[in-house]
Amino acid sequence: MACIDARGLRKTYGTTIALDSIDLKVETGRILGLIGPNGAGKTTALSAILGLASYEGELKVLGRDPWRDRDELMRDVCFIADVAVLPRWMKVSQALDYVAGVHPRFDRDKAEAFLDKTDIKRSSLVRSLSKGMVTQLHLALIMAIDAKLLVLDEPTLGLDILYRKSFYDTLLNDYFDHSRTIVVTTHQVEEVQHILTDLMFLNRGRIVLDCSMEAFEQRYAEVMVAPDQLAAARALNPIHERQVFGRGLLLFDGVDRKTLATFGEVRTPSIADLFVAVIGADAASAKGEAA
Amino acid sequence: MSPVELVNGVTNVAGQPTSFKTRPLFWSIRRELWENRSIYIGPLAVAAVVLAGIFIGALRLPDRAFQMIAALAPAKQVEAMSIPYDFAAFAILVTGFIVAVFYSLGALQGERRDRSILFWKSLPVSDLTTVIAKAAIPLVVIPVVSFAIILATLLIIMLASLIILPLRGMPVTMLLSAFPIGSTTLDIVYTLVVLALWHAPIWAWLMLVSGWARRATFLWAFGPPLALSLFEKLAFNSTYVWSLLHYRVTGAIGQAYDLKDGASGMGHLSLQQMDPLKYLMSPGLWLGLAVAAAFFAAAVWQRRYRTPL
Repeated sequence: MACIDARGLRKTYGTTIALDSIDLKVETGRILGLIGPNGAGKTTALSAILGLASYEGELKVLGRDPWRDRDELMRDVCFIADVAVLPRWMKVSQALDYVAGVHPRFDRDKAEAFLDKTDIKRSSLVRSLSKGMVTQLHLALIMAIDAKLLVLDEPTLGLDILYRKSFYDTLLNDYFDHSRTIVVTTHQVEEVQHILTDLMFLNRGRIVLDCSMEAFEQRYAEVMVAPDQLAAARALNPIHERQVFGRGLLLFDGVDRKTLATFGEVRTPSIADLFVAVIGADAASAKGEAA
Repeated sequence: MSPVELVNGVTNVAGQPTSFKTRPLFWSIRRELWENRSIYIGPLAVAAVVLAGIFIGALRLPDRAFQMIAALAPAKQVEAMSIPYDFAAFAILVTGFIVAVFYSLGALQGERRDRSILFWKSLPVSDLTTVIAKAAIPLVVIPVVSFAIILATLLIIMLASLIILPLRGMPVTMLLSAFPIGSTTLDIVYTLVVLALWHAPIWAWLMLVSGWARRATFLWAFGPPLALSLFEKLAFNSTYVWSLLHYRVTGAIGQAYDLKDGASGMGHLSLQQMDPLKYLMSPGLWLGLAVAAAFFAAAVWQRRYRTPL
């Protein structure tokens, strides 16, 4: 059974189409990065998966209908929807008490042990903690819950690089195992590249790229090409080209690496570079359709 | 293997979810008390102010006032003695009402404004449990808090009287007849239950508005009913809406007590005047509860769709 299985998932707000009939399947044990520009429909998709918003189409999360069975689903699903949604009036100890009191799969000792590694005091109010500490606290609560699916919507927004780095390291080392599934959206794609197993680009309510990271590494290649060889390289149909230090940096999709090696050193592109290429092309084609 | 792993291992075999004892309703109510400390601080502060005022007033009273009370017939003496208590009890009741109004207006709005609704919704607590917990504050918690504070106030007044009365040459014996603890306790409980049930549709309406309005909950809650009664007065020169509103706020006492013996409103009501049967037969009670149930149901339904503001 897939952890998340959506067919024709659609959501409209008035005349705005937030999600345009997407099909999505996430198997257990994967870490999916859902990447897209602002307003692409990422948060809408996550809201549907978490049972926070109604939708059209078919959607099963852990075999359940999230809109109808949200309460039961939340025993097995955790999410950090945003930074700083922990109630500011709450004490750290109260947050622990409350989650322990309502969540059947919460392991308080685990949360306490994680908090002991931070500078967070039990008697502190959330409002008195720094943004990074609030995220640590939220992470401590979430990681102590034995959930099957963890959804992270911009979990590191506004954090400094040390907190961001430790956030993902902790998640990967102390939490993730292959019985769990993680879906993460973020704009800081460089930082998640090495932890993802799957990648999905969303633009204007549609999926414009859906591949595993192994496939990503095989399909896409980037070569720095000297000006005199540019014409020959362009003949291989790069999907994107930009200028760096007077040389062309060309991005190819599905072109044999040996062929490309004749132009220079072949690298796997960063997700960010591919994002710019794919979303840029998608935006251009949208303009073309409109015109 | 750690104990936790053991538990998981066992339950995984059985195919059941790991189940530690959870009490979502209990913890949801506790969290309301953590967030809204005015629920008990408000009535406590008022009780303290009123008590301090009463004592200083009693100490400053000239001996002549006490002689006048002493000269009254015993029944009148008792009445005079219980004035401070009645006043304190009334002040605490009114404070509880005001606290409940402000609590209810913020109950479903605050969590949307500070975005914490996303945190609450990430936990396995249903919208129904959440709304029940919030409704329990004006319906149960504030009455219980008021009861405890009123009773404590009464005891403090009695204890203080034990000191003040002999100083002023008054017999202490009349204290117990002025404050019959047993029947007063019953009276407080009865009044609080009667008021809570009668006011249920008010709390339900305020909570519905707090879940629905994006801002200015106070205006949305009170504006339309007042505008409607103003419109009715201007257009038809009648006051049905206004009377209905007035009846809903103050009508409970008239339905729960037999007021024929001349006592009126919030004055000193005796046990003999209690009329639970009349109250239970009052259509106003049941209509009110039906409306409250509908509003609360709408509030639960509405919370499903709510996102941060």
